[in-house]
Amino acid sequence: MDFSLLAWGDAGWGDQMARGAVVTLAVAVAAYALGIVIGTGLAAMRLSAIPPLRWIAAIYTTVIRGIPELLVIYLVFFGGGAALRAIAAGMFGYEGYIDLPIFLTGTICIGASAGAYSTEVIRGAVQSVPKGQIEAGIAVGMTKAQRFWRILVPQVARFALPGLGNVWQFTLKDTSLISVIGLVEIMRQAAIAAGSTREPFTFYLVAAILYLGLTSFSNRGFGWAETWANRGVRRS
Amino acid sequence: MIDSTATAALVAENIVKRFGSLEVLKGVSLTATSEDVISIIGASGSGKSTFLRCINFLETPDGGRIVVGGEEIRIKQGRSGPIIGDQAQLSRIRARLGMVFQGFNLWSHMTVLQNVMEGPLVVLRQPRAEVHDRAMDLLAKVGIAEKHDAYPVELSGGQQQRVAIARALCMEPQVLLFDEPTSALDPELVGEVLRVMRDLAAEGRTMIVVTHEMGFAREVSNRVMFLADGLVAEENSPAELFGNPQTERCRRFLASVL
Ligand SMILES: Nc1ncnc2c1ncn2[C@@H]1O[C@H](COP(=O)(O)OP(=O)(O)OP(=O)(O)O)[C@@H](O)[C@H]1O
Ligand SMILES: [Mg+2]
Repeated sequence: MDFSLLAWGDAGWGDQMARGAVVTLAVAVAAYALGIVIGTGLAAMRLSAIPPLRWIAAIYTTVIRGIPELLVIYLVFFGGGAALRAIAAGMFGYEGYIDLPIFLTGTICIGASAGAYSTEVIRGAVQSVPKGQIEAGIAVGMTKAQRFWRILVPQVARFALPGLGNVWQFTLKDTSLISVIGLVEIMRQAAIAAGSTREPFTFYLVAAILYLGLTSFSNRGFGWAETWANRGVRRS
Repeated sequence: MIDSTATAALVAENIVKRFGSLEVLKGVSLTATSEDVISIIGASGSGKSTFLRCINFLETPDGGRIVVGGEEIRIKQGRSGPIIGDQAQLSRIRARLGMVFQGFNLWSHMTVLQNVMEGPLVVLRQPRAEVHDRAMDLLAKVGIAEKHDAYPVELSGGQQQRVAIARALCMEPQVLLFDEPTSALDPELVGEVLRVMRDLAAEGRTMIVVTHEMGFAREVSNRVMFLADGLVAEENSPAELFGNPQTERCRRFLASVL
């Protein structure tokens, strides 16, 4: 292996690979945040007393989890692009070619799937909170909002964190799929460098190391968060 | 009648509660004046817990009314029966009713001290220093001050229940509601909780106690209510009710538990 290929600056690909890692991390964080918001909303819908809300949430999670993610990306990117062009042509008479912004599209696609998976995690966690915990809050005179923030959220976090840690891990890895629509993250950057140097193994190995670094670093973060959330739980 | 409703610590009038087609309470009334200790006894499934939970609207009654310290809990008519009329008023009244559950229900993510301080800080918005001192005093009173930094899971059932009592007391409630506070405890831990409750009764606290502890009902309460089939089958002083039950139901029940 030729380590000079990884030099910083014009001589090598080190800085480009590092920038790819930053883009990967940025999409992953944005998609994950979107996923938690979607997951919280859908979990609330699935636990709602209103049947149509439960159905909508169930359909969403079934559809998103039942379709390969790559296909979701293609459908959103090409379908969305076609829709955008039709609107531009119809409403503004613009005939040129427009694409969806790739960072945003990628974030939405990966976030949609993170949302579907975290829905189940959050729903399960909410159901694991013993009813008496909330009743004690009601009995003392807490408002709904106080019960939500002071009792439900800390206890849901405890039950949901391991599952949400998993969702983060595959959200991070799934960002590699966005390379197909041209976002220059780790995977895409490795492919570009591999093509131009004819050293594919070197660059895919570097990509693997970068992903491993990101996942193990964030695993440690989730480990700390779990320890904190599990204060007051009997350690086995 | 109007007068006693206005001055009593707690009045529950004609409480009706249904779960689906099952009518669990068919019109149960209770009046507690200040310093009353009223025990509610009855067979399993007779509606004791349901009645207690209707008092602070953990269950919304289908009929009747609740008046706490002269203030009636507001209800309005929903599509399928009465619903809570004014959340803010209800929260305020709940804060004046301390509740102790059979299963303790201490908040597991908070320490003992945080559990006791939570209500006064969050619901009553009292100053932290003041709440802290009162909480520590109460923990000392229930004999558990040295455990104030422990989490509930690190305590025995009896200790947890004493913390739950301190948590209820820290709100400085006008009435304390107990739902079988010793039923989930190992027999050797029952005594320590009953001792704390005796002390509270001796201090002149107003208490409504659902219990299977006939010794407590007989010795500590000044009134005993026997529920059967969703109705008050008999209500009397403990001496009368235990010594000279008026109904066959009550006689049989007492024979089965004593
Ligand atoms: N949320 C509920 N939904 C349906 N039925 C209920 C509910 N809560 C209580 N019940 C029923 O109401 C009846 C009275 O229950 P309750 O818990 O008040 O009895 P209890 O006198 O406290 O009994 P125990 O001594 O076993 O605690 C029982 O038949 C019970 O199954
Ligand atoms: Mg009961």
